[in-house]
Amino acid sequence: MQSFIDGLIASGVFGGLPAEAVYPAMMFLFASLVVFGFVLPLVTITIWLERRVWSRIQSRVGPNRVGPQGVLQGLADGVKNILKEDVVPDAADRPLFVFAPYLLVWGFLATFVVIPFSSALVVADLNVGILYITAIVALSAVGVLMAGWASNNKWSLLGGIRSAAQVVSYEIPAGLALLPVVLLTGTLSTQGIIQAQGWAPWDWFLFHSPFTFIAAFAFYISALAETNRTPFDIPEAESELVAGFATEYSGFRFALFFLAEWGSLYVTGAIMAVLFLGGWQVPTGWTNNTVVLNIVQLAVFFLKAYFWVFLAMWIRATLPRIRVDQMMSLCWKYLVPLGFVNLVGTAVWMVIWPEGNPFVPYLMVIGTLALVVIFFRRVLYHLRRAKPELYFNPAI
Amino acid sequence: MPLEALVFYLLAALTIGSALIVAGSHNLVYSAFALLGTFMGVAGLYALLAADFVAVIQVMLYIGGILVLILFAVMLTHRIADVEVSNRTVGRIPAALILGVVGTVMGVCIEAAEWVQHAEPVVEPTTLGIGEAFLGPYILPFELASVVLLVALIGAVVVSRKELRGPMVDG
Repeated sequence: MQSFIDGLIASGVFGGLPAEAVYPAMMFLFASLVVFGFVLPLVTITIWLERRVWSRIQSRVGPNRVGPQGVLQGLADGVKNILKEDVVPDAADRPLFVFAPYLLVWGFLATFVVIPFSSALVVADLNVGILYITAIVALSAVGVLMAGWASNNKWSLLGGIRSAAQVVSYEIPAGLALLPVVLLTGTLSTQGIIQAQGWAPWDWFLFHSPFTFIAAFAFYISALAETNRTPFDIPEAESELVAGFATEYSGFRFALFFLAEWGSLYVTGAIMAVLFLGGWQVPTGWTNNTVVLNIVQLAVFFLKAYFWVFLAMWIRATLPRIRVDQMMSLCWKYLVPLGFVNLVGTAVWMVIWPEGNPFVPYLMVIGTLALVVIFFRRVLYHLRRAKPELYFNPAI
Repeated sequence: MPLEALVFYLLAALTIGSALIVAGSHNLVYSAFALLGTFMGVAGLYALLAADFVAVIQVMLYIGGILVLILFAVMLTHRIADVEVSNRTVGRIPAALILGVVGTVMGVCIEAAEWVQHAEPVVEPTTLGIGEAFLGPYILPFELASVVLLVALIGAVVVSRKELRGPMVDG
């Protein structure tokens, strides 16, 4: 990257501008290219996918008019939102009200810096990558609080405060749940964690030991709570708070809230893939072409990330919302003690089997596969008995 | 001006500018939100000094923990705007005195200190060194700090839960 820009400077493209001015300008240019060319389509497609999956689960059709199967629905919604009037309430605190959505979007955009999409495609392989992700999410919490207070609306304020309490509480089980992986790899870098795993399921940290298996799901639950997903969407509980902290927002700023919410959903899936599913790891040795290898790695990474995103959509479509006290007791009475058990258990596991137990990963893979098979056989059995036409005709 | 110096002055301006808003604003919420700029600026300075771990921990603890808690408390308080500063004019002369003395001492110290200088910035992982230092030479202060935090945690539980107080304390 830097050598490419150095080459451009040497060939006189910038007309003798000092390198100190060119570097930041190019950084801004590439950052905006990534945001508009990659993150924006990614988020709109995730939103479309959520609406389609959700409608399918609820025996509806969902958006299928704009583009093939409705893929471009996000584009239409985006244009519509940008064209709407951006209303700022009279009683709102204008500067904070205007600023809050940007803070939210920064909070999730900043995480894309350390997500490794393939062995070469990572913006910055920070030494503290995983820690950086858990830390920068805090910006979103501040943004939510700011939006809630600045709206000068009791629903917004309640939503903001609930969200902040939730994020602050669930940071702790999330941090505890990723500690076993850090313990196993001895690094905080996202690339380092992926390189410590293999392409095969029994080389993944999900199946490394029972403790990491539990830690994976503890982390997933905490991440769902941190991103305000159902069943933890009490900050924007429609039946109680209209739309929570986003109640007073309209137009482009409302679209930014949407962007941040589904963007962080994808980030959650990506972190799960990095920590527990081996990230971009594919079998090596079948090709020497770096570009082909990186494209395959990218595809594998996206599949793994979207598996968790799909799981979140499934959960959202099926589970009811939990109460505030249930949310707090789940965090402090179950997930936090479980996190400590996982941490100590992993440490003991590492003392007994420093290279990892030779049999347990295979057993766990087989057990998980058996569970999945049993589940799908039951689902198929019920589907055959119910005979709904819609499920067997996905082209509608 | 080299790029690093430019970044440093930008971060310093962000830190000090937000700190001025924190101290001077008449709206409690503005003060609390301006802390975000101060904390981010300080984290940026750490990152500029190649202290990656400290920078991230600064963001995690101060923005994710302390700032959110402060905001939480501020939003639940009564009469957020128009804080009446009752002692606005009383302490001017002592304040100027203290400021002068502390400023002089700090200036002398900065002048007298022998700064460790590297020709090239050293960018290497700091987490390993920090971990070894915590569990090596500094294990006693580290353990003491954790005991203090544990005591604070238990104290908070006892203070906030009536049924745990028992007959010893009334109420």
